[in-house]
Amino acid sequence: MLSRVAESVYWIARYIERAENVARCVDVSLQVALDAPGGMGGQWHSLVAATGDAARFAERYGEEGTGSDLLSTDVAARDAVLHFLTFDTTSPNSILSCVTKARENARQVRGVLAMEAWEHLNRFYHMLVSPDARRRAVESPHDFYSSIRSASYLFEGILESTLSRGEEWNFLRLGRYLERADQTSRILDVKYFILLPDPGQVGSVVDDLLWTALLHSVSGHEMFRRRHGRILPEKVVDFLVLDREFPRAVLFCLLQAEESLLSISGTPMGSFRNTAEKRLSRLRSTLAYSTVEDIIGRGLHEYLDELQTGLNGVGMGIFESFFALDGPTGNQQGQQQ
Amino acid sequence: MRLDAYDPGGFYDELFAAAGQPRPGASLLVENLKALPEGELAMRQQAAEKALFDLGITFNVYNSQAGLERIFPFDVLPRIIEAAEWDLIERGLRQRIQALNLFLSDVYHEQRIVRDGIIPGELIRSATGYRKECRGLNPPWGVWCHITGSDLVKDADGKLYVLEDNLRCPSGVSYMIGNRQVMKRAFPQIFGAINPRPVEDYPSRLLDMLQFLGPRGDQAPVVAVLTPGTQNSAYFEHSFLAQQMGVELVTGSDLVMRDGWLNMRTTRGFKRVDVLYRRIDDDFLDPLTFRSDSMLGVPGLMEAYRAGRVAIANAPGTGVADDKVIYAYVPQIIKYYLGEEIILPNVDTYMCWVPEQQKYVLEHMAELVIKTANDSGGYGVLIGPHATSAVLAEWALRIKDNPRNFIAQRTLSLSRSPVMIDGQAEGRHVDLRPFALYGRDIHIMPGGLTRVALKKGSLVVNSSQGGGSKDTWVLPANPLTGGGL
Repeated sequence: MLSRVAESVYWIARYIERAENVARCVDVSLQVALDAPGGMGGQWHSLVAATGDAARFAERYGEEGTGSDLLSTDVAARDAVLHFLTFDTTSPNSILSCVTKARENARQVRGVLAMEAWEHLNRFYHMLVSPDARRRAVESPHDFYSSIRSASYLFEGILESTLSRGEEWNFLRLGRYLERADQTSRILDVKYFILLPDPGQVGSVVDDLLWTALLHSVSGHEMFRRRHGRILPEKVVDFLVLDREFPRAVLFCLLQAEESLLSISGTPMGSFRNTAEKRLSRLRSTLAYSTVEDIIGRGLHEYLDELQTGLNGVGMGIFESFFALDGPTGNQQGQQQ
Repeated sequence: MRLDAYDPGGFYDELFAAAGQPRPGASLLVENLKALPEGELAMRQQAAEKALFDLGITFNVYNSQAGLERIFPFDVLPRIIEAAEWDLIERGLRQRIQALNLFLSDVYHEQRIVRDGIIPGELIRSATGYRKECRGLNPPWGVWCHITGSDLVKDADGKLYVLEDNLRCPSGVSYMIGNRQVMKRAFPQIFGAINPRPVEDYPSRLLDMLQFLGPRGDQAPVVAVLTPGTQNSAYFEHSFLAQQMGVELVTGSDLVMRDGWLNMRTTRGFKRVDVLYRRIDDDFLDPLTFRSDSMLGVPGLMEAYRAGRVAIANAPGTGVADDKVIYAYVPQIIKYYLGEEIILPNVDTYMCWVPEQQKYVLEHMAELVIKTANDSGGYGVLIGPHATSAVLAEWALRIKDNPRNFIAQRTLSLSRSPVMIDGQAEGRHVDLRPFALYGRDIHIMPGGLTRVALKKGSLVVNSSQGGGSKDTWVLPANPLTGGGL
């Protein structure tokens, strides 16, 4: 498989997964805002922080609390954040930016994916750029953000049911699961940071509403209830990081990504042939042999920070091992992490 | 559908000899079409357009917003070519391609045709498509023009002419295949009754031909299609052909020379490429040999090509024969190399570099079609009868300024064919681009792309200029063997 094609396929999956996760976060926050007395306050800002784009947001809309007109009221802050995360093409992680980039990559590898997959991505893009989209995002945000989630589900479904289980499929899964692991850890990090800034206070405060919202944002509320019952922060952390069965849990994602990565080169489980495999398997085993007590003892934020650094390392390893055989080609010097 | 009411007017029509009187080869088609219920044809036209869109048979429009794609307008009424006429086309094209290939080989070796005084050497050297870097090249099996898409037109009397030969990177073959797929879906019964000769085996034949060029002989050669990228207007075709052949679609940045061999960057390391079907111009192939600012090609490719380590289709340098001044010499070229008279004639061409001919051209501009020697795609064409006097005057100055770069041709009254316009059949001008493959031997695909000038009265059929296309049905050698309804 051509390195360029593999890179595009990997990024198509990442961008679509990213768009889906942004839509999830926004949707849940909107619902929480309806319940929360007195609005969301700093919650809107935490949404931006979850994408890792707080600095870019501040540059564009000003800092909160500094009297920026754009953020003067809760509603203004909400609108600014929603625009930034959804339609702002100057923001590389907005839903529109992600879908545009996924489509651009798909155009470059037309013929590798089934025709339906390309068509669907094309329609997804056209749905987002239509004037109607902006109206729907304001008037019926829940429907709008749900439709983005559905579009991502459909894309994944088309690929799962049309793509041969070869390298292309494995690169897609690799991209999808690494991105999902990253997104889940970010969501957890940000929510946790707001709820419990001091790691010593774990378990002392349970804001049921926000923890429930967190589970909803990863479509994990029902699965969590069946597995753990009562919503306790450490159980939520356990579920979202260390669960082996929930498909958006970090460990689950890493197991899937590892399986695909090793299939690409035919490396047996438990060994490695390149930097990407070495880093991913090492990261996966760190999680596989951890308990939630280890995580909380280390400090959740610190732990998630290391996890994200580890995921970045895996991404760079994949770039070096598969996409840039003799250094960057000048064509795509690695897309955005 | 009121085909009875269709009037071919004063033009040569491909389907009708006169109003209500189909040509013999078209009678079965017309009969079948007339049997369709009212409104059915318009419905099938819409269904066919939808199918083309779903198949993703689209082209990019230059200068339009990135990613904008349109379907190439498609007309549901097929064009019919009878067996005897096709036989003439096939023989004529085979003759031309064989002679032009010998010409290319000669141009880049001894230039006997110049020494023998048939063509002035200056005309060859000044042709934009001439590449001095290709002197002495020996492409595998002596074949230069592997894929050809000559443009044929018919005049008012029904006589066929070759308008140009297109020996570089002719495009449109994906529409030929797409149109056929769509027509088989839209009219299975009519198609079965008439049983046109197949064209959908083109990708297999293309792959066979490309693999035949492989320099290694014993192993299955690795073929790749080289595209300039997604912004190219024919990008869909590049990806379509690569996909249909099951080979990689590569861009310049996927390729690298290693120890003198061409390689592509894959997830399992470097992989040798033996045959490159390139869809980029000579100029961009290799910055070390041609344009040094090219980012689309591979530095060092030509050296490997020269050494026989990689095959390139079409061979670099074929553009010299696409020069419209060289085209004017094709009858002599055929005579010189094959000792034969030309079967499919050229359109009479005046070369402005010859003073007497230039004088004639300048005096008769308003009757002639004037073309620059090196443009394609419908650019650089002046249709005298349709031009204002200001434009004529401007072109006259350009001709006097650089006579080598201009030719003029008699304005043909291009043949027409009925086209569905708002549910009614109306006559529109057409041309025909059949595709030929030259490997072990020369194969002409029976059919090709019939392009239609959709604008009423327009003579320009190019997709970039508002043209559309229709399927081309070449009747079986013995129509009685066709399947019944």
